[in-house]
Amino acid sequence: MKRPRIKWHIVVFLAPAVLVYTAIMIFPLFNTLRLALYTEVDQVRHFVGLENFRTLFGNPHWSGQFWNALGNNMWFFFIHMIVQNPIGIALAAILSHPRLRFAALYRTAIFVPTILSFVIVGFAWKLILSPIWGITPDMLKAVGLHWLFAPYLGKEEYALTTLSLISVWQFVGIPMMLIYAALLAIPEEVLEAGEVDGITGFSAFWKIKLPLILPSIGIISILTFVANFNAFDLIYTTQGALAGPAFSTDILGTFMYRTFFGFQLQLGDPHMGSAIASGMFGIILIGVCIYLFGIQTRLRRYQF
Amino acid sequence: MNRKLLSLALLGSTILGGAAAAEVTLTIESWRNDDLILWQDKIIPAFEAANPDIKVKFTPSAPAEYNAVLNSKLDAGSAGDLITCRPFDASLALYDAGHLADLSDLDGMDNFSPVAKSAWQTDDAAASFCMPMASVIHGFIYNKDAFAELGLEIPETEEQFFAALETIKADGNYIPLAMGTNDQWEAATMGYNNIGPNYWKGEEGRLALIAGEQKLTDPQWVAPYETLAKWNEYLGDGYEAQTYPDSQNIFTLGRAAIYPAGSWEITGFNAQADFAMGAFKPPVMNAGDTCYISDHTDIALGMNAASPNAEAAKTFLNWMGTSEFASIYANALPGFFSLSNHDVAMEDPLAQEFVSWRGECESTIRSTYQVLSRGTPNLENETWGASVAAIKGSKSAADLGMELQTGLESWYAPQK
Repeated sequence: MKRPRIKWHIVVFLAPAVLVYTAIMIFPLFNTLRLALYTEVDQVRHFVGLENFRTLFGNPHWSGQFWNALGNNMWFFFIHMIVQNPIGIALAAILSHPRLRFAALYRTAIFVPTILSFVIVGFAWKLILSPIWGITPDMLKAVGLHWLFAPYLGKEEYALTTLSLISVWQFVGIPMMLIYAALLAIPEEVLEAGEVDGITGFSAFWKIKLPLILPSIGIISILTFVANFNAFDLIYTTQGALAGPAFSTDILGTFMYRTFFGFQLQLGDPHMGSAIASGMFGIILIGVCIYLFGIQTRLRRYQF
Repeated sequence: MNRKLLSLALLGSTILGGAAAAEVTLTIESWRNDDLILWQDKIIPAFEAANPDIKVKFTPSAPAEYNAVLNSKLDAGSAGDLITCRPFDASLALYDAGHLADLSDLDGMDNFSPVAKSAWQTDDAAASFCMPMASVIHGFIYNKDAFAELGLEIPETEEQFFAALETIKADGNYIPLAMGTNDQWEAATMGYNNIGPNYWKGEEGRLALIAGEQKLTDPQWVAPYETLAKWNEYLGDGYEAQTYPDSQNIFTLGRAAIYPAGSWEITGFNAQADFAMGAFKPPVMNAGDTCYISDHTDIALGMNAASPNAEAAKTFLNWMGTSEFASIYANALPGFFSLSNHDVAMEDPLAQEFVSWRGECESTIRSTYQVLSRGTPNLENETWGASVAAIKGSKSAADLGMELQTGLESWYAPQK
């Protein structure tokens, strides 16, 4: 009877990752949650329990901004789900078609915006859509659709949707790549067996390929959800910290930034900022849990 | 032997030399990295010539990071001896935290008016903690060539102002007003706080608002929004998405006739525009009315309370109160006007025009900066949104006044 030995090599190999992850992710996360329970009066920090959250949800000024940001965030996510992911799937399906020429070129071209910095994407699109120097008004005029043009980024009713579509343009490469990989992983035999049963073309996509890539679509949806609720950069670079016009593009990220670091004459309030950050963390946590326990466990997986 | 003596003598001289040149080096923290050359080539040499035993180093950081960088340096004890002060609460917070020294007793302070000092004082004006440097003046810069072409005169009254805009619009060659609402702050800073002082009578209205004697729903505070609403039809196509640099470019390219401005634009515009420019002050209601201008206190210099070189720092601050400093600064940076009582001669004609209004009009500062932007909701930020909404016509002036007043009342006791 030997006592089970401590397997030191496991500890040694895990240590660097655990230490680094704890130092730069777990500790700041819990410190932020802790910071949300304090407030500062006359240079002294006091523990106030859940008071900051009561202000955030009870005070109409704060709660109005919070719900507005959350609503905008939902819309931002909604546009991604109904535009980015179907287009990504469609592009992947086209790219995986064996007779398509220059597939590698298209794949690269569509993926390139993903690796561009938000600042470049933001400024490039701001210029493209600019009513003064932009090419959009002229291009629309050339095809007789000038009436379609509006200063999209400056109008309350269009700005958020426009920004969502810019973000879709930037990130459509990611679902495309993931789905593309999933489609390539489907064995030929399965498709051939379908063909023998008379399932070809579109119905092969709907009946065989789509069910097989559903787990990938699930992963993409959850990645999109997390990325969208953490979004900040694109709005900040195009519309600034006040997320104009009239807060119509304000999402949780910009609201948190403005509160935490302050803006113009508004002094930063790290404690309220942390309360908002905790709120964001909670929302993302709930969303991910719903996915993990409600959806992922029910997805059927196939082994070949 | 001789050799040894010589080296001893040399050694002795270095020690003595070191003792004689017990120089102090002062470090200045600032966000004005645009001004680095000016400080190195003009201001610092002039100071060092008068005070050979004090050396000065100007070490600016990026404007957007300045507040955060400065705060962490102050907390860590590594901040410079002299600290460039933002106006009002940002600096007041530093003073309250014990980072800025009380400078009320410095002789140099006597060269500044109470309004100039107000941006860097405690609320009861008992302690001043920064030496005022410069202010910026609001008004309108116009394209002289365009005005000559259309036979326009400088508008004195609001009626003339809108008549001129109408003429420019009817002609169709120029955009009447170069301003956009995308970045929001221009609408408040170059719109509301530019024309507003004529309505609320400058300091009189501003102080009454702080004291709680006037409300933002009073006609003098609501009327500027009604006027801004009329600007709408004179802005360029798609002004909703026009940014601040867009407006600057439209004007300097000669595509617009009038630019609602702050004097800080002068240097840039002189370099960019190849047509003659002039400036006119915000139009008054009726000819002959007293005019009020926004002469906004923008930048000052304070002393790090923990500085080991307090005496040298005070020498420098006192020198900043002299006419020599005022003249160097104002001429190197036309558009940043000295706040001192000295009569500073400036060479730039556009800057001269701006500063000449100080003699004709009453000066005030932006209404939202002192005290009123201390709470949540922040009045300055709310004013940005309100000014944009007024220009776009998405809300009526009366509603905007009501909203701002409700926000202010929610935290500011004198307004309750």
